[in-house]
Amino acid sequence: MGGSIAAIGMGLAVIGAGIGIGQIGGKAMEAIARQPEAVGDIRANMILTAALVEGAALIAIVMAYLVK
Amino acid sequence: MHRYILSFIFLLCFSVFAISQNEHEPQNGGQPAGEQPANMEEQHGDPGVIDHQAHGEASHDAGCGEQAEHEFDPGATAFHHIADQNIYSIGPWSLPLPCFLYAPDHGWSVFSSGKFHADAHGNGHVAIDKYVLVEGMVQRIADPSFPDGEVEVAHHPYFQKVKKEDGSEKEAAFICYESKLYPAEDRSTADGGLFGGGITSFYDFSLTKNVTSMIFIFALLSWMFLSIAKAYKTRDGMAPKGVQGFIEPIFLFIQDEVAKPFLGHKWEQYLPFLMALFFFILGLNLFGQIPFLGGSNVSGNLAVTMVLAIITFLVVNLSGNKNYWEHILWMPGVPAWVKVILTPVELLGVFIKPMTLMLRLFANITAGHMVMVIFVSLIFVFSNNGLNVGAGYGTAVGSTLLTLFMMTIELLVAFIQAFVFTILTASYIGAATEEAHH
Repeated sequence: MGGSIAAIGMGLAVIGAGIGIGQIGGKAMEAIARQPEAVGDIRANMILTAALVEGAALIAIVMAYLVK
Repeated sequence: MHRYILSFIFLLCFSVFAISQNEHEPQNGGQPAGEQPANMEEQHGDPGVIDHQAHGEASHDAGCGEQAEHEFDPGATAFHHIADQNIYSIGPWSLPLPCFLYAPDHGWSVFSSGKFHADAHGNGHVAIDKYVLVEGMVQRIADPSFPDGEVEVAHHPYFQKVKKEDGSEKEAAFICYESKLYPAEDRSTADGGLFGGGITSFYDFSLTKNVTSMIFIFALLSWMFLSIAKAYKTRDGMAPKGVQGFIEPIFLFIQDEVAKPFLGHKWEQYLPFLMALFFFILGLNLFGQIPFLGGSNVSGNLAVTMVLAIITFLVVNLSGNKNYWEHILWMPGVPAWVKVILTPVELLGVFIKPMTLMLRLFANITAGHMVMVIFVSLIFVFSNNGLNVGAGYGTAVGSTLLTLFMMTIELLVAFIQAFVFTILTASYIGAATEEAHH
């Protein structure tokens, strides 16, 4: 890669997605602790939301590859 | 607990085996030097290109001198190991696969990839109709002066940096034949050169490793589901048994957690599609996780995930009702100037949704495979490519543990990614078929 700016962009995108998915996971844990009987619904929605956040990061990563 | 210990010992043995393999070949292209030790002593230097040509070696292997020694590159190794191949290597053995190759200036060539006489690295000794095997992949020598038919070429391909048209550097393989280096071209790719080479001098329609794995998984799933369907008829009312008992909870989970909540009363209509997607992706993900079985990276192949995403795209948009299109083209209930902004964004969203589906599956599975190869590569990095054996054995323990850990995570990822692909498809279909209620 040779220290390109695109690599920094990729890293920034991943930081954003990491914060987002961390929030989702944390909140889901809180919700499960509060309502253990709803664990199935919460888990499914958690994965769905995390996947959506991940999608944005993936687009950024691919753009970084292409722009390079 | 015993199983964990056993599998750990198994992996450790593999690592040690890998190191000892590497010790036999401490340098790339070391063969010419090994054949003529006398030459080396005479010259007191590295037997470079000039030396060998001056001696006029008759042997094919010695014709083009020695390859420039370069450092072990974990990234390149990982990319090479997750790539598709024209041979199927299981452990130290490689199974030949049929090759269907088309070059516009030569026509069709159909033969078995066993005719290349590939070594353990997937490099062929024989060129057939200008086709050569480089690291398991068929490449072609476009040079018209290279002879047709079967000719013996040097054992090792030579890798050199070449400048591409856009100025960036790329490593390309060169084949040595009668003391001359011929550049080999990659197969044509349909991406217009974005990720690969673009259109080159030949097209590869072969049954590659990935295609073979896909056919195997297709056959396995067909057999499994037909036998389960039969079991539901013959064992009606009885408890599920065998593979039926394994599949039934997964099937019911997808049906109750994915299909019913997202698709409403139309869930039965789309259930076969969702199940086909889920079990196909899951089967491929898990099959790629089995060590020593070729490690085919099918669901981590952009072309495969693209086809899956295109099918989803077609299903979603062909089943979209009037309400769905109205919300995309002319969003109701917002001021006109907002509509002007919203319509392009919504139209983009139609294409971005399947694109992220494609990229998500590809990136997750590829990353998993790459991380494992790189953990194993650590052994070669720390052992200085086989020169420092002690460090290699030491790192083998740590990297075995890390690989074992990653493989466990990857089992989880295999299920999650298959589930995510299915649940997102279901939610897109659900959004496209939803009735208006406002």
